[in-house]
Amino acid sequence: MIHSLFLINHLGDIFLEKHWKSVISRSVCDYFFEAREKAVDPENVPPVLQTPHHYLISIYRGKLFFLSVIQTEVPPLFVIEFLHRVADTFQDYFGECSESVITDNLVIVYELLEEMLDNGFPLATESNVLKEMIRPPNILRSVVNTLTGGSNVGETLPQGQLSNIPWRRAGVKYANNEAYFDVTEEIDAIVDKSGTTVSAEIQGVIEACVKLSGMPDLTMSFMNPRLLDDVSFHPCVRFRRWESERVLSFIPPDGNFTLMTYHISSQNLVAIPVYVKQSINFFEAGSCGRLDITIGPKQTMGKTVEDLKVTIHMPKAVLNANLTATQGNYTYDCTTKMLVWDIGKLNPQKLPNLRGSLSMQTGVPNPEENPSLNIDLKIQQLAISGLKVSRLDMYGEKYKPFKGVKYVTKAGKFQVRT
Amino acid sequence: MSASSAFNDEKGGSSSVGEPEYGHDPASGGIFSSDYKRHDDLKEMLDSNKDSLKLEAMKRIVAMIARGKNASDLFPAVVKNVACKNIEVKKLVYVYLVRYAEEQQDLALLSISTFQRGLKDPNQLIRASALRVLSSIRVTIIVPIMMLAIKEAASDMSPYVRKTAAHAIPKLYSLDPEQKDQLIEVIEKLLADKTTLVAGSVVMAFEEVCPERIDLIHKNYRKLCNLLIDVEEWGQVVIINMLTRYARTQFLNPNINESLLEEGGSGDKTFYGSDEDEDEDEEEKEKKAEVAAMAKRKPYVMDPDHRLLLRNTKPLLQSRNAAVVMAVAQLYFHLAPKAEVGVIAKALVRLLRSHSEVQYVVLQNVATMSIKRRGMFEPYLKSFYIRSTDPTQIKVLKLEVLTNLANETNISTILREFQTYIKSMDKDFVAATIQAIGRCATNISEVRDTCLNGLVQLLSNRDELVVAESVVVIKKLLQMQPEKHSDIIKHMAKLTDNIQVPMARASILWLIGEYCEHVPKIAPDVLRKMAKSFTNEEDIVKLQIINLAAKLYLTNSKQTKLLTQYVLNLAKYDQNYDIRDRARFIRQLIVPTEKSGALSKYAKKLFLALKPAPVLESPFKDRDHFQLGSLSHLLNAKAGGYQELPDWPEAAPDPSVRNVEVPEWTKCSSREKRKEKKVEKPFYTDSEGESGPTESADSESDSATGSESSSGSEESGSGSESEESKEASESEEEEEEEEEEEKKKKKKDLKKPVQESESEQSSEEEERKHQRKSKPRKSESESESDEDEESESESSQSESEDSESEAEVKKKKKLAESKPPPKPVKKESKKEKKEMSLLDLDDFEPAPSPQVTPVNTFLSNSLVTDLEGLSLSDSVLSPATIAPSSTLKSYELLHRITGEGLSVEYCFSRQPFSPDANMVAVQMQFTNNASSDTKNLHIEDVKLQSGMRVKEFPEIELLPAGETATAVMGIDFCDSTQAANFQLCTHTRKFFVSIQPPVGELMRPVFLTENEFKKEQGQLMGMNEITEKLTLDVKCRNEHTIVQRVTTAANLSRVPCGSDKECSPPLPPPDHPVHRFAGRTVTSGSLVLVTVATKEEGAAQLTVNCEKMVIGTMLVKDILQALTQ
Repeated sequence: MIHSLFLINHLGDIFLEKHWKSVISRSVCDYFFEAREKAVDPENVPPVLQTPHHYLISIYRGKLFFLSVIQTEVPPLFVIEFLHRVADTFQDYFGECSESVITDNLVIVYELLEEMLDNGFPLATESNVLKEMIRPPNILRSVVNTLTGGSNVGETLPQGQLSNIPWRRAGVKYANNEAYFDVTEEIDAIVDKSGTTVSAEIQGVIEACVKLSGMPDLTMSFMNPRLLDDVSFHPCVRFRRWESERVLSFIPPDGNFTLMTYHISSQNLVAIPVYVKQSINFFEAGSCGRLDITIGPKQTMGKTVEDLKVTIHMPKAVLNANLTATQGNYTYDCTTKMLVWDIGKLNPQKLPNLRGSLSMQTGVPNPEENPSLNIDLKIQQLAISGLKVSRLDMYGEKYKPFKGVKYVTKAGKFQVRT
Repeated sequence: MSASSAFNDEKGGSSSVGEPEYGHDPASGGIFSSDYKRHDDLKEMLDSNKDSLKLEAMKRIVAMIARGKNASDLFPAVVKNVACKNIEVKKLVYVYLVRYAEEQQDLALLSISTFQRGLKDPNQLIRASALRVLSSIRVTIIVPIMMLAIKEAASDMSPYVRKTAAHAIPKLYSLDPEQKDQLIEVIEKLLADKTTLVAGSVVMAFEEVCPERIDLIHKNYRKLCNLLIDVEEWGQVVIINMLTRYARTQFLNPNINESLLEEGGSGDKTFYGSDEDEDEDEEEKEKKAEVAAMAKRKPYVMDPDHRLLLRNTKPLLQSRNAAVVMAVAQLYFHLAPKAEVGVIAKALVRLLRSHSEVQYVVLQNVATMSIKRRGMFEPYLKSFYIRSTDPTQIKVLKLEVLTNLANETNISTILREFQTYIKSMDKDFVAATIQAIGRCATNISEVRDTCLNGLVQLLSNRDELVVAESVVVIKKLLQMQPEKHSDIIKHMAKLTDNIQVPMARASILWLIGEYCEHVPKIAPDVLRKMAKSFTNEEDIVKLQIINLAAKLYLTNSKQTKLLTQYVLNLAKYDQNYDIRDRARFIRQLIVPTEKSGALSKYAKKLFLALKPAPVLESPFKDRDHFQLGSLSHLLNAKAGGYQELPDWPEAAPDPSVRNVEVPEWTKCSSREKRKEKKVEKPFYTDSEGESGPTESADSESDSATGSESSSGSEESGSGSESEESKEASESEEEEEEEEEEEKKKKKKDLKKPVQESESEQSSEEEERKHQRKSKPRKSESESESDEDEESESESSQSESEDSESEAEVKKKKKLAESKPPPKPVKKESKKEKKEMSLLDLDDFEPAPSPQVTPVNTFLSNSLVTDLEGLSLSDSVLSPATIAPSSTLKSYELLHRITGEGLSVEYCFSRQPFSPDANMVAVQMQFTNNASSDTKNLHIEDVKLQSGMRVKEFPEIELLPAGETATAVMGIDFCDSTQAANFQLCTHTRKFFVSIQPPVGELMRPVFLTENEFKKEQGQLMGMNEITEKLTLDVKCRNEHTIVQRVTTAANLSRVPCGSDKECSPPLPPPDHPVHRFAGRTVTSGSLVLVTVATKEEGAAQLTVNCEKMVIGTMLVKDILQALTQ
């Protein structure tokens, strides 16, 4: 399936190669570089490329390209999903997924890749299993290892690999048993010029941090499970139970994991927490423009909106911005043409406003379209869909764990057209 | 550089030395000279006897490999360490070996004996990794050794080693294809493996080595289906893709008989092939035989194995892995009946939130699907709206999907979206949008003019690309109806001065030439201008200028003769031979000379022939002949190793090949087995039968500890799991002890009460399983039907997951489940009765149990209805309450011919349905017109919109030929006119039927006085009031007919007029009486008030007040029709 993997940085240097079958010369990447040249943005590189003898499937993560070489038919998503899983694993091991971190831990990376694929077919991709075979780097261990001559590689087959619950390691022990869940919802919305919502969806995710000894069997139930009709689960969740009773029943992996994600589609009514009043005009005469933006709370369920930020990608003709903000501060980057207005907390009594003039390049026709506004925001202690966890029960172990649920709503791809 | 300093700062050292190098092309040379010395100290370190030094050296070597630098000269030094005790060193040596063994085959052989020793190691991890490396070394000489090792490992105790063996198979195959036959044997053996660990890998091997040997799958098909949910995600993808192909060769096309399926074939069958159940297989065989026999005249019946696949893959749509979701989606797209494909849309739309690469692939597939099944994605239209931050390639794909989804109803919203897109800064995207508008315009004639006007406006756009693209699209549109649009052509003619994009210029010229009759004045002028600039034009434009000149010459030679000659002369000396050729050719054709041949006579016909309008097609059309989700589909070209998705077979191949006979060894004592299983399976629905007894000690204890603690946790939490495992083991037992059927039955009956009381938490799934299990027996003892039916109705009810009803349902379930203890006794006695067969009729006694249960729970409810009924029937003034049955309109549910003799009609009896007041009573009349008896008439597999519920009628055991029977069922339509779909089953056949209520049947009459009526009406004003003027039919101008027609159309009662004035002396009847009717909707009890106010000349005004606006609107329509026809 996956023949070889090349890691390429944003400059186009190959800094790691791994072959699972016979060696393929790195000149195969030239086709990729060609496509990379053609696409102006790295995002626009087609994920699947055809070359005379190979197929190249790549992903772009953290300014790196993960490029895999394929020789025969394989579902492209299979490869893409796997490459993302590789990137996730690096992130999990080293805290970030960047070139410097990977080159610093080249051997561990190589060992990981060796375990994750065998002959191009995924072997072990569960982070808990991998961590038992190849320990993540940490300072203490490396000191101990140099003193004692110990190694980073486990000697026995991780038990998870064989058991029915490959995601959990055996013999977990904690002094403090705790289970925390973060319910994060992101609002994806398109609001048009007049302020009406064109489409709005909610993407929810429940991230868990479970540090419980032994083999706990958890059951999580919701106040209003009816909200969730489009969900995807971590493999640990018993699907039948969900189907019949709408509760999440699972033996959790150890540590951090994504328990479930859900999607509340545009067919449902989605609350939009803020409204935006804006006017952006470009004048033919005098080559200048005017900008006036006000943001106010709309449906916030009585919570405060924090970390409010407006990002505008200005047309090329805009040279500079001379604005005043009643709250927060703004920056305009002349090279990327990005106007960022960092507002912070939204005060309903005194609505933040940004106004002023834009100076334009002379002699260039005015942009026809006004740039759209991308909005970032955060509301603590609220899941905008109204989802609430009603209880979490644990079976199978005697101790009493600490439990906690945190809600937060964020703006996802929240766009206001102007 | 000393060795110690080099390895002490390995990190810094490697990166500082490596950095300037790895950016370079390795071919540029001169890199290795500096490494050469370093290799010496590496050798030294490898030769030392300190593990830490060796490790350090190996790490540096591996880092070199990772950067793609050559380390092959170290081979001898490295290979010596293959037997090193340190496991990390060993692993790194393996990495090195696999990388360079192919280059240094002779030296690699030195390591082989170590691996052979490793293969015998008691530690399964070492055995597995030895096999992994051994099979990864691509040295042809060791092929026999590899073959032997694989064979041995394939029967290893540890499933992990067996998995590794499965991985090794394709490696050996690629090294030496001659080994294929032997490898197939191994694959066959591993396919029979029952552990989930092995399943994915061996199917992968199967796909790479012998995808054509579909026969190997037969015996393992059901097992694979059942294991699927527990296989790791990557294996799932491979298995699902393979099973898609398998199913295409083995089953019939479920969409053969589309009309039937559309009626409501979406339901799951009650009959599921739970594997290895002998009883079932027999029935199945019977069925199959029947199917084969009646293939011609019978509608399609889905193979239970086909259904099994669809059912077992469906939950995987919830997987977190996009590849799995896509695999299931393509399986449904290729295999499922039309009505069921819809379920995948939601999951695919969810994937759109994922990484942009995932989006890209998913959108490509959605684009293909949306051409075939547009309806599937229509509800998700908004999810494909484009954000300015999307990458261009995603934007273009979304646009494609939006265009595919456009139809008459949503085109206006889509066009409004397109309008915003046109203003985007991303010009490629704008161009794509213009093309999309063009496609919408060709496909939907209603909006053609609007689109055209919009595009014409774009012609004045400042961006040249936009204008050019518009011109090209307008050209295509104009070809459809040029007469109407000569002004647009004129407008475009003016553009030639400004537009520079060659394609656009060429398009305009072609248009003017083609329709020169419509613009007789302008065309020669354009040609004049073009002739002036001819030499500076692009080739494509030059060709069109020649074209224009030729056409004008033919139509208007007086004005253009000289111009044409001039252009042709210019073209004669053009650099491009195409243009020279064209000029010569055209000159011969159009300019009459003495030499010119016969062709010039036809020049007009040749040039001015009517050209068919182009069809703007999606580039994704017909891409679905590639298996969706595949690389080939994405590239729209066959990739190497792509397995063609076969067409459905004409007749289904023998399904019995999938039957599995029970191997001898499973006949161990069932008790022991059960115990084992119970411990072993907290998660798997299926047995790990084989691995159980043979598993190595360590692995067994592993899995046991894992599962024991979890199964120890069954308080109520994991009750369902334990239940499940019990179920599974039960089925196992069944197959083992088939000869002891009697015994088994008894045991089962005994077991049942316990189970049922326990199964408070058991899922419906299991309940169904239950049902299935009892099914085979049903054929011999029909007396069980009541129990059966009950569970069925329960499951159907609980399916409607409305929160309000949920609690209720649960309560009911509980009741039903706590009831059983006396049941087995009853059943026993019934069975005895059955034996006498004289008391058959007893079963006809209005099947007490299904009715009794609900009455208990609904007691309060039904009381209310009773009381209501009382009050209604007491009121003298409501003549319409109990409508005479003669006025009831009956509808056909099943025609005599489609029903093969059985015809069914139904009518809405308008009686309160006693078990549940919120249901509409539907009276069904069954007539058996066939020559043979029909047995076991009952309902199965109810498919409902959410919130709807059905109370089935008690099974009709026997309907003799020529007889008629009636039954009443209740349906809670939730105040909507959605159809209730279900299957009507006889002992031999199933029919898809659906009942759709007219809106008038969704209400029951209530009695109101005129004053009450007016008061209520006053509260239902505004949006809740719908008024319609009408002219009454001549025949229906008197009071009686109006009342009669309204009450026939809707189940309402008349409000007595003037009843509140009873005390006052009776007034003479007014000339223009006002008729009022009142009712409440059945489910929610919302008031429905109807007023018909008559005026002169048969004019009348109809007013409906109802809280539910939809019902109001529909009711107005119905009554209007009733009164005017």
